[in-house]
Amino acid sequence: MVASKFGDFTGLLDFLKEPAADAQEFFLLTGRALRNIVRTPHYGDDIILQMDTIGVGSLVVVVFVGFFAGVVMALQMSKALSTYGQVGRTGMLVAITLARELGPVLSALMMAGRNASGIASELGSMKVTEQIDAMRALGTDPIQKLVTPRVEAICIMLPPLTVIADFVGLFGGWLIAEFYLGLSARQYWSSAWQALDWKDVAEGLIKPFLFALVIALIGCFYGLRASGGTQGVGKATTNAMVASTLLIFILDVMVTKLFV
Amino acid sequence: MSDEPILRFENVTVRFDDIEALSNLSFQAVAGESRVILGAAGSGKTILLKTALGLIKPDSGRVFAFGKEISALPERELFEVRSRMGMQFQESALFDSLTIEENVAYALENQKFISCPPAQVYPRVAEALEFVELGGTLEKFPSELSGGMRRRAAIARAAVTEPPLMLYDSPTAGLDPITAQTIIALLIKERDLKRCTTLVVTYRYQDGNLIANFRYNPKQGNLEPASNGGARARTTFMVLREGRLVFEGVQDRLEASTDPYITKFFKQRE
Repeated sequence: MVASKFGDFTGLLDFLKEPAADAQEFFLLTGRALRNIVRTPHYGDDIILQMDTIGVGSLVVVVFVGFFAGVVMALQMSKALSTYGQVGRTGMLVAITLARELGPVLSALMMAGRNASGIASELGSMKVTEQIDAMRALGTDPIQKLVTPRVEAICIMLPPLTVIADFVGLFGGWLIAEFYLGLSARQYWSSAWQALDWKDVAEGLIKPFLFALVIALIGCFYGLRASGGTQGVGKATTNAMVASTLLIFILDVMVTKLFV
Repeated sequence: MSDEPILRFENVTVRFDDIEALSNLSFQAVAGESRVILGAAGSGKTILLKTALGLIKPDSGRVFAFGKEISALPERELFEVRSRMGMQFQESALFDSLTIEENVAYALENQKFISCPPAQVYPRVAEALEFVELGGTLEKFPSELSGGMRRRAAIARAAVTEPPLMLYDSPTAGLDPITAQTIIALLIKERDLKRCTTLVVTYRYQDGNLIANFRYNPKQGNLEPASNGGARARTTFMVLREGRLVFEGVQDRLEASTDPYITKFFKQRE
């Protein structure tokens, strides 16, 4: 009986070895990427290029998602509020849900879908074609050259993109409030404005910053460990997308708990 | 030619999971020497070169390059040693988002241990590309070149800093015989004009035969048999089998071997 229990335990340990090693590798990459922010050389051109590719390139999709999230929230909340005769507070609920939750999470999910997978496939292709090895052979630290600029670029770009998504969402909510619910613009915007306090703004900015770290680091992590040709790159891309999405939700719960 | 070892492996073992890619491997390459490393696919040839460059850390044993134990150095301290090595990767490994000019200039612009004033980058890149007869490809991207041209561009990128140790990973793999001969001719030209130590990994015995028996004639601009007199590069053959060194010696000894695995290589040309 004891032997059997011991056997089960070692089996569990073996099962956990690989995820533990993966987690260790991920945290080592994170540490090196963050340490490189203050170490030379700095690749300013790469940061700007990534800010343009990742940040500006994601603007359209983030605006679309923010707009439709605001529209849907206004429709859904007005329906619920009408039960209590409080349709006039639609702006308040749209503002709170967008600023605290939907703006950061939906923007991050769009960013993850577009960029965590994109980064993983780009770095994965470089890995399987030995370009990463060539970079090391030619005297460049791939983490400093490839990972740190992407981390910096996404961390700089996602918070303002989230703010844009929030405002576009509020605008979408206002369209519903004005033309469908018959609320005045003043009623909607004052309700929305009064609902928000600094805590909401802080939550709405801390979340995208943390999500940005996750998106960049997960994309780079899976890209840099890709192996096995194009199939391996495809697998890395999928894994990056799935892992970053899951981590965004887990982090969202943790940060929300801190603020609630 | 000095007998000072430029590269030394001491009982090096490299494992991936439970498989030994290199098993207790020891050898040393001296300055000016050429080493031809033969072996079947999966015998550990590429791993050997990557270990020599410090890209792979051995699980046991020690690797010395230019007198430094590189197997004990952290990544950042390896950059100085790597600045004295040039590596041509098996699939060229050119940066596909950069032009050929930018690829070749990469080491000059990014290697902090290589001092190259910005004004000299372009002339050196142009010279390196002319050396491999790719003068007209500066603005092209790697995807616009043929396999043989990419291989030559990779040689130019590895050689542009004029490193004293050149590592070639299967430079002729997958190329037609004419292009393969051109690549080996370039390799011999690089070796003889720059006087660098050369390690060539290949599964083609013909490549090793050319390296051992031909030299570059700078006056005529072509290869000539080394038996015509004059200096002849010292060439040592190594044969790897499943990560183990099963032969090390000169060509005559290799051809006298009766080991069925070793004889397969030089019987290819018969």
